[in-house]
Amino acid sequence: MAAGDSDRFGAFGGRYVPETLVPALEALEVALAEALADPEFVTELDQVLQHYVGRPSLLTEAPRLSEEVGVTVWLKREDLNHTGAHKINNSYAQALLGKRMGKRRIIAETGAGQHGVATATACARLGLECVVYMGEEDMRRQQLNVFRMQLMGTTVVPVTSGTRTLKDATSEAIRDWVGTSTHSHYIIGSVVGPAPFPRMVRDFQAIIGREARAQMLARAGRLPTSVVACVGGGSNAMGIFHAFVDDQAVELIGVEAAGEGVESGRHAASLTKGVPGVLHGFLSYLLQDAHGQIHPAHSISAGLDYPGVGPEHAFLRDSGRATYVSVTDEAALAGFELLSRLEGIIPALETSHAVAWIAGARGRWSRDDAVLLCVSGRGDKDVSQVADLIAARAAGDT
Amino acid sequence: MTRALTDHLVECRALGRRALVCYVTAGHPDPAASLRLLRELPAAGADVIELGVPFSDPLADGPVIQASSQRALEQGMTLDGALALVSEVRPSVPVVLFSYLNPLLAAGQQVLARAADAGVQGVLVTDLPVGMDPEREAWLGGGPLEFVRLVAPTTPLARMAEIAKHGSGFVYLISRLGVTGMQSQIAADLPRSLAELRSVCALPICVGFGISDAGQAREIGAMADGIVVGSALVKAADSSVDDALVLVRELRAALDSLAS
Repeated sequence: MAAGDSDRFGAFGGRYVPETLVPALEALEVALAEALADPEFVTELDQVLQHYVGRPSLLTEAPRLSEEVGVTVWLKREDLNHTGAHKINNSYAQALLGKRMGKRRIIAETGAGQHGVATATACARLGLECVVYMGEEDMRRQQLNVFRMQLMGTTVVPVTSGTRTLKDATSEAIRDWVGTSTHSHYIIGSVVGPAPFPRMVRDFQAIIGREARAQMLARAGRLPTSVVACVGGGSNAMGIFHAFVDDQAVELIGVEAAGEGVESGRHAASLTKGVPGVLHGFLSYLLQDAHGQIHPAHSISAGLDYPGVGPEHAFLRDSGRATYVSVTDEAALAGFELLSRLEGIIPALETSHAVAWIAGARGRWSRDDAVLLCVSGRGDKDVSQVADLIAARAAGDT
Repeated sequence: MTRALTDHLVECRALGRRALVCYVTAGHPDPAASLRLLRELPAAGADVIELGVPFSDPLADGPVIQASSQRALEQGMTLDGALALVSEVRPSVPVVLFSYLNPLLAAGQQVLARAADAGVQGVLVTDLPVGMDPEREAWLGGGPLEFVRLVAPTTPLARMAEIAKHGSGFVYLISRLGVTGMQSQIAADLPRSLAELRSVCALPICVGFGISDAGQAREIGAMADGIVVGSALVKAADSSVDDALVLVRELRAALDSLAS
């Protein structure tokens, strides 16, 4: 079966993989369709999301942040999910699917560790073997998450090739799968990878936007003016955007990591500065040099530290339906402190980029507008890193 | 379209000679060594040279070829650099460019003509399976180069036929699951895969992944039209070009011991 239009978002996406994986991806596509048509699978997943993950996640009004930026800001609280981020929506669903397919072993890659932790969690509960690939550099930045995964019985494999971050962990996870696809399922953590992954992950994350849209209508009596989310690979953003794509009046804004500045060469803003190309099985905007070699990404947040972006984001950008902006490491750090101080909610450094962009866009909205921000994860994992950064900043000031 | 690669391999087959396809990474261990390998591999026994274009994220490759790519990139090797190596040597056997898709896309539409001008006969793309991107496949297969396609141990028979139909040059049969790299044992289901592929494929069939010594060369050479040696050769080249050539001569002798 050839990959048809359903494997693409406009020109983007596709299935650019070693031949060995083609049958596994085709089998996954079939199994996914069967599972989604099976009331038993749908009910089981729904029960898990309610009684284990803790859905629906809250919609919280942010009064002091609203005051600060001059527009009513609503927070979609994915940070309150079990394991502290949106990642488990996808991980648990895919682990259930893998188990249904008769796979006894699960592979995953992780950057910040949130996807790794979510996958380790689902595997522990489902009794599946779990192997997570993580860049050595990220293991250092996110030691606590490494320990969490190990506590739940997962094997964390350090990746020492290339930049030792999410990009290389993803390559290593795919290499594993090339050799083990007959008995392993690969749970990719974002809306990236070969088809059917980008669409499948989006569909498993789309519960964020479905809930938020209904909650906005019920609580605010209206749809948001703007929906704002951070974008690395882009799964929390696709998850919250999807339900609003047909609401043409609702503005969709993705916030990329500008690192040390988009002109510095040290950033992760694939949509802002990238060029279309193929990496990890899909065609999208990539940070690359003139020879097609992938350029290392940089971000203060390990979860955004990826040189590509989900193909549907590339499509939404080129079609003009969504807008993509970027925020530096420094501004993200200020966003982290701002939400903590004003709302008593410590956001993940990834989420902090979206917070910072909203704070910086003061004056853009009228007081009657409503902004919906996806709080993709909580910041506990980042607290020690931020403490060091704040101390370094203070030392630099004196 | 030319058939130089196919014709060369068919000629080998007619002579009872099992083809030895030798993979080397362009610019590894350094450009001078690459030039020497391109010059001396044919006399040592290579029938086809696969020249690897180093890529920053080689997800179909094991540690040996990953490291060789990294080393070549650190020394500034590029796709055009690889073509310059071929152009300078003009090897006496056909050269197949072995690349990931992204460097080819970045090089632009004219890269296939440039490759042909440099003396390259074929192109093989590790991450573009048959039927997944008809437009780019038509570009790669419709130009001056023969487009070598891959069959995996997981490929069902109907898809094998599809791949054989769309390929040219030869068909590269991956001997086992997994990425490139040396292996001590030959996959048990290789004879079945080969027989299935043979039943739907008129092109010569070369088997690769995991072949590292004379014993494996004989065992697989007895079944296929040719064998591909990659990681073992790259690893030998890590020590010296001479070590690499010694390995090629050993494999040549092993295959020749099969000649009918």
